[in-house]
Amino acid sequence: MEYIIYLAFALMTLGIIFAAIRFIKGPTAGDRVVALDTLTTISVSALVLLAAIFQRFIYVDVALVYGVLGFIGVIVIARYLEGAL
Amino acid sequence: MTYYEIIGGILITIGSIFLFLGGLGIYRMPDIFNRLQAGTKATTLGAMSLILGVGIMEGTWEWILKSFVIIVYIAFSNPISSHALARATYLRGHRPYIKSEDKEKMDAYREVVENDPKRKEVEV
Repeated sequence: MEYIIYLAFALMTLGIIFAAIRFIKGPTAGDRVVALDTLTTISVSALVLLAAIFQRFIYVDVALVYGVLGFIGVIVIARYLEGAL
Repeated sequence: MTYYEIIGGILITIGSIFLFLGGLGIYRMPDIFNRLQAGTKATTLGAMSLILGVGIMEGTWEWILKSFVIIVYIAFSNPISSHALARATYLRGHRPYIKSEDKEKMDAYREVVENDPKRKEVEV
């Protein structure tokens, strides 16, 4: 069971590294926001998995609130890029 | 090792593979619309599978209910944000990367935007 969790964390770390490279390198503002959205979703998944490992049930609530804040941030930046804010 | 842990481990493996593919697609794709597609759809499936796997692996009612809440929230919020972002970048002036001859035929959304009088002043 531990090997599955090690594998999951290794794959999620690789995904975070690729998305962070795009977040740093991205030519336009939209690319950075897409990379930020992906990083938020991967972080929510990592927080839920950490909650199962540490047996702390409160981390699941932290993941839910983080997902809500990331969603609102992406919507606000999209409205700003559109020119309607 | 119980049956709950086996099913949860399989779901966690599938979810982490799809999360990795989402990050790789963000890095590899040539265009912002392709990046949106790779980074949103694969990541949505991966996060839903991984959170359901964690909920099943723990096996109690509160974990399963809480993971269902997060799954439903991700299933609603992630397509909305990607749709808003794609619309904003299109209205800002980015056009899709088309590796073909008939560029006008494949960009079918352009007619809708250019015939909409309310959206014309926004377009850069």
